Amino acid sequence: MREAAIVAFAQSASLRREMDRNEVEILIPVIHELRTSAGLGNEDIDFVCSGSSDYLAGQSFAFVAGLDAVGAWPPVCESHVEMDGAFALYEAWVKIQTGSADLALVYGFGKPSMGDLPITMALQLDPYTQTPLWPDAVSMAALQARMCMEGGVCSEAEMAARAVRDRRNAKQNPKAQLKGDFEVEALLAEPHLVSPLRRHDCAPISDGAAALIIASAERARQICQRPAWIRGFEHICEPQDLGVRDLLRSRSTELAAQHAGANRGKIDVAELAAPFTHQEILVERALGLGDEVSVNPSGGALAGNPLMAVGLARIGEAAARISSGEADRAVAHATSGPCLQQNLICVLEGD
Amino acid sequence: MAQRAAVIGVGQTHYQARRRDVSMAGLVREAAQRALEDAQCTWKEVDAVVIGKAPDMFEGVMMPELGLADALGGAYKPMLRVHTAGSVGGSTGVVAASLVQGGIHERVLCVAYEKQSESNATWALSISMPFSVATIAGAGGYFAPLVRGYIRRSGAPEDTGVRVAVKDRRNALRNPYAHLRVEDISFEMVANSPMLWDPIRYLETCPSSDGACALVLASESIAERAEKTPAWIHATEMRSEPTQFAGRDQVMPRATLDNAASLYKKAGIQNPRRELDCAEIYVPFSWFEPMWLEGMRIAEPNQGWQMTCEGATAMDGDFPVNMSGGVLSSNPIGASGLIRFAESALQVRGLAGERQVDGARLALGHAYGGGSQYFSTWIVGSQKP
Amino acid sequence: MSEDASEAVELLRIPVELDYTYSAGQSASRFLRAIAEGRLLGQRCPVDGKVYFPTRGSCPQHGVPTAGDPVELPDRGCIVTYSIVRVPSENIPLELPYIAVQVLLDGADTVLMHVLGESSLEDVHMGMRVQAVWRPRGEWTTSIGNILYFKPTGEPDAPYDSYREHI
Repeated sequence: MREAAIVAFAQSASLRREMDRNEVEILIPVIHELRTSAGLGNEDIDFVCSGSSDYLAGQSFAFVAGLDAVGAWPPVCESHVEMDGAFALYEAWVKIQTGSADLALVYGFGKPSMGDLPITMALQLDPYTQTPLWPDAVSMAALQARMCMEGGVCSEAEMAARAVRDRRNAKQNPKAQLKGDFEVEALLAEPHLVSPLRRHDCAPISDGAAALIIASAERARQICQRPAWIRGFEHICEPQDLGVRDLLRSRSTELAAQHAGANRGKIDVAELAAPFTHQEILVERALGLGDEVSVNPSGGALAGNPLMAVGLARIGEAAARISSGEADRAVAHATSGPCLQQNLICVLEGD
Repeated sequence: MAQRAAVIGVGQTHYQARRRDVSMAGLVREAAQRALEDAQCTWKEVDAVVIGKAPDMFEGVMMPELGLADALGGAYKPMLRVHTAGSVGGSTGVVAASLVQGGIHERVLCVAYEKQSESNATWALSISMPFSVATIAGAGGYFAPLVRGYIRRSGAPEDTGVRVAVKDRRNALRNPYAHLRVEDISFEMVANSPMLWDPIRYLETCPSSDGACALVLASESIAERAEKTPAWIHATEMRSEPTQFAGRDQVMPRATLDNAASLYKKAGIQNPRRELDCAEIYVPFSWFEPMWLEGMRIAEPNQGWQMTCEGATAMDGDFPVNMSGGVLSSNPIGASGLIRFAESALQVRGLAGERQVDGARLALGHAYGGGSQYFSTWIVGSQKP
Repeated sequence: MSEDASEAVELLRIPVELDYTYSAGQSASRFLRAIAEGRLLGQRCPVDGKVYFPTRGSCPQHGVPTAGDPVELPDRGCIVTYSIVRVPSENIPLELPYIAVQVLLDGADTVLMHVLGESSLEDVHMGMRVQAVWRPRGEWTTSIGNILYFKPTGEPDAPYDSYREHI
């Protein structure tokens, strides 16, 4: 493998609704901050890759406008995935592996507040047999949560404890959307949203963007005092239908973590993009995270969930903790599809 | 640094207006199965799957690759979904190639598709947005004014587009997979077909097709053992620029010229017209043949039409273009770019059947998209780079 | 079992209705507020001073916000290029055939896509001078649709070199 590292990261605040900025207006300051902090001009960038979704934007080719924020002139070597920006980072990392790029700008953005997100997500399901029933995303997750509770994976209290932890951690994160001190008991006294899920079990709907710079070893050293080296990177997809996979564990996270070598050393920090509390527990279990690991120091997806940027932001948050010296080894996670169908694991290490 | 990679399998569905006998999953599976058979490889041997298609709104499924994981043997494997507008088929090939070139995987299945009979592309491309006036009726409405700009600056004869259409439609008759097959195609028939988006006539436009195309890409050691000739990837390139900015040359965007220059540099090509044996170029409206011959630096600026008019781009010319019949004959949008890449591979493998260019050793595959702003290309050869 | 049960289901109609609430964004809002008063506002790129109309809030070439004072533009210009459209589209409520035009307003550096009226199909050409025909003042809203169409002014054509870099 060719050594590559995350050397800079920037993100917008996660907001329930960006009232007066369109996607490009959200992205421009993020990319500007990123380039300024890394001291890079467009001429330094060999490759650009982004992640976004047309259905969040309600418009075909919505990603094309994202290019406006880059200032893609002279023309850039560029690609786009209809996935979370974390997968765009994967593509950029592969590009660096081929030797045809040394430094790449990666971004993800989403403005799901414009539509009815849980219903829109029903369009991810089988168009012939499932979408016509319009199972919304929260209900799909609730089915899984019920199985997890009945199957001995977790209790309501353990789920609420994740919300308490993440929101408490998010107090240190100026970009987070949900933050503060909560008690498990008080949360459990709240009514169900979609039984067995309560509001605190669900990630918020967030508008936002994230961007980062990935560089080969030589370039990384020039830009960053302490680069966050990518020492493992893998993503795995499961079949979609809920009936054909084990919903009490995240098999794809386990496999991705295994291929990425997540457990080849002690993990200091884990940043998880699971959008429901029980899914956060499933991912923790798949990664074998113990009490000694600082999970979601940023608050994770449960504290701010800008779809298509949230996974990339987890990698950025983990990398920032390596670069600051807070952590020596971190694992970041991104997910896609109903009930943790597809999962990505990125292992980062300091020098 | 980059490992060598090659195409060892190509699979296509027959392109047609309606494939009502299969679902989307059945469609992509059919192409993938054929690619695996061509590569003499099993589903199990595939390390990763890369899927490309045009906007999700076409078929009304958000991130449809998630639901296709099963059909493509992607379960418990890495899957990526590429989307770079009309160039997506090409970009999908480029991304899949990079997974092998980067040493990540040994065998990658690359699939692109569109099922236009289950979608309404013109609607999806012209959704009326607040704050704007919709005046652009589909892709033709967008590109016709650019074609007019090309005619004005190049002084090309008005019948250039007709000639391209006649040639591509004749070529399609030799391609068993082609969708539009007009047996008695003639200059008069194209010239007399109705104007849709003046100056683009009905028979100068691409059809709406259902279809999928798949490639199996493999590492050097696997390709060397392949029974059939592999198509070695000599170079890949992508370039993008914004849709609109002051002074943007929309007819001959810098992104295409930069893309071509970089591609040839990587492939060690000095004179593409002489060194390449043939090309599959993304031509959804006939006039884009001369335009992209210039955009790919195969012809001098404003002279691409001369190659067309002299017959250089015909099957028996010195630089055959779109031997398959091109996008003009088959257009499952998301797959259209990958079909160009696939045809270039078939040519250098010597497996192009009746449409084979004799002795083709080096071929170009090309795709473009958006407002003539996304370009992805590759060059494949019968010999290792 | 009836015969029908063994027949393949070839096509399902599954209507999808999704509502989106769009924000115009800061820059477009200013543009739309102005057009509700019949004024056309462009914005300059702070890097090269080029005037963007309509503006999307940024200069895509340089990736910077189009900040600074807006530039008021006249409602006339020339046709840079055009197409006569004879293909129906359910999103476009225009009678066929119609003339889709790219108009370069005087003083602007980007083109506006619109339609041409009060012209025969034979007369339209590149370089033709045109001006906006507005809806009655009482119907103005925050929409570029306040301009119904452009019509020929009868002025001499703009020379090709004056607009060729905008195609």
